[in-house]
Amino acid sequence: MTEPRRTQMTIEEELEGDLGTKRMIVNFGPQHPATHGTLRNIIELDGERVVKLEPEIGYLHSGFEKISEYRTYNQTVTVTDRMNYLSPLCNNVGFAIAVEEMMGIQATPRCAAIRVALCELSRIADHILSVGLQAMDLGAFTVMLWTFIERENLYDIFENVTGARLTTSYTRVGGLLRDVPPDFEEMVRKFMTKCTKTLDEIEEVLNGNRIFTDRCQGISPVPKDVAVSFGFTGPMLRACGVPYDVRRARPYSGYENYQFDVITEEGGDAWCRYRVRVREMRESLKIVDQVLKTMPQGPIYVDDPRIVIPPKTAMNTPGGGMEGLIYHFKNYMMGHGVCPPKGEVYSCTEAPNGELGFYLVSDGTQRPYRWRVRPPSLYTYQAFPYMTEGGLLSDVVAVMSSLNIIAGELDR
Amino acid sequence: MDPIETLKTKFADQVLGVGTHAGQAWVDVKRERIVDVLKTLRDECGYDMLTDLTAVDYLNQGMPERFAVVYNLYSVKDNVRTRVKAWVPENDPTIDTASTLWKAAPWAEREVWDLMGIKFKGHPDLKRIQLPENYEGHPLRKDYPLTGRGERMNFPRYIP
Repeated sequence: MTEPRRTQMTIEEELEGDLGTKRMIVNFGPQHPATHGTLRNIIELDGERVVKLEPEIGYLHSGFEKISEYRTYNQTVTVTDRMNYLSPLCNNVGFAIAVEEMMGIQATPRCAAIRVALCELSRIADHILSVGLQAMDLGAFTVMLWTFIERENLYDIFENVTGARLTTSYTRVGGLLRDVPPDFEEMVRKFMTKCTKTLDEIEEVLNGNRIFTDRCQGISPVPKDVAVSFGFTGPMLRACGVPYDVRRARPYSGYENYQFDVITEEGGDAWCRYRVRVREMRESLKIVDQVLKTMPQGPIYVDDPRIVIPPKTAMNTPGGGMEGLIYHFKNYMMGHGVCPPKGEVYSCTEAPNGELGFYLVSDGTQRPYRWRVRPPSLYTYQAFPYMTEGGLLSDVVAVMSSLNIIAGELDR
Repeated sequence: MDPIETLKTKFADQVLGVGTHAGQAWVDVKRERIVDVLKTLRDECGYDMLTDLTAVDYLNQGMPERFAVVYNLYSVKDNVRTRVKAWVPENDPTIDTASTLWKAAPWAEREVWDLMGIKFKGHPDLKRIQLPENYEGHPLRKDYPLTGRGERMNFPRYIP
């Protein structure tokens, strides 16, 4: 049944007169495909203009911080996988570094190099998906398919290295689960050649695309000081022109040995965020290349049997096995193993979305007394009303996909 | 300017002590003038970013008070970090809001209220952020059990 027609108005009347429009409430999410996760926004509209936008989060809250208080440090690594599910290796590394900093131990050179290589590959996996989805939300479906191919290749590498595609759980305190397989370098080299080509293609398609540029340029610009006040980090802050990168500001895991540029763009709009991500992927490829060239040999675990369980051979060999067996046993006893001294530490690493901080409080036991994650997405998403209010409804989608909000990390 | 020395001279009656661990220093303050303390750090010492705001429950740990609200601050210009811990007693878990100083504060404070049960006076919109509005209790408190409360089957089924 069709609605009865309203009173006819001529175009002149419509343009001149003040139309008595009614405010409309639109529920955007939590199941909307453009939210890329379980996010909900309650949008108050005046015509097509957003008057008020209220984000509601918490749909994916899983109590990670509470769970981790009941897990040992090495068990907590598995919890970190589930936070930013686009780049779980960055979370693993960030957490391992936080605990190592607390205990005052330094990872071996080979371990640090592998961590850097995998972090940068994860950064590419995260950024390339973000760019692909940003393009998809604005209508360029092809780009999304291309990026998914590259992501698939990356996941093959992760699967080869860690044994899992998403729930990697690769780091341990003071080392890694296992060394990289022999064909790691070959696989990564192959990926790098392909990825460079894909990045060129993506830029070719998007940079001159009238629809994409019109819907990104000048959308939701954020001034520098406001971005800092909101606690933006990562590509979001660098798109606003602030050259803050944890890899440079507070180098960890040997990042000071590699040459790379901190990418910044002036403007702070959705277009700059896209540009920063694409250019950062090229920097990441540069870093991976340097890591592969200078990959040191040696052990991947620190030489401390109180933290690291000895290899099976140290237990089973006749004659010399007793000590290894004792250390193996003690590592799993309550009150032994990874027990950071009493105290607290705030350690941060550069995750793809920004500064991923771990605030750890230890009471000297095997378990963290308090485990707080500083999620970059939470502080970014808080600015969402600021960025969209006053704009058009269609811009809400464009802005949201440029933020790259990961609900698992946002809600924890 | 060294933040801890500045606070010691300017707020001598507010600073309770200074702690350090793994090369990181922090300063313990009373909660009464926390906004002034943070404002001094922001305006005079250049800490323009509130990296993180959280809280710790020190139940039966022999600390000055039960709760500590922790402010991790960062200065983008000088690339330095500092930490402020404000102690909040158990019988009156309230503290003034930092929303007026940093735009980053409101959601972080909502999360602390939601999970730890510390009220922020003067907050523009203090309500639960992660848990549903009808949830009872604050799960990150140490006297809240890991299992037995607040599981999915304990909630009344929502029938629209």
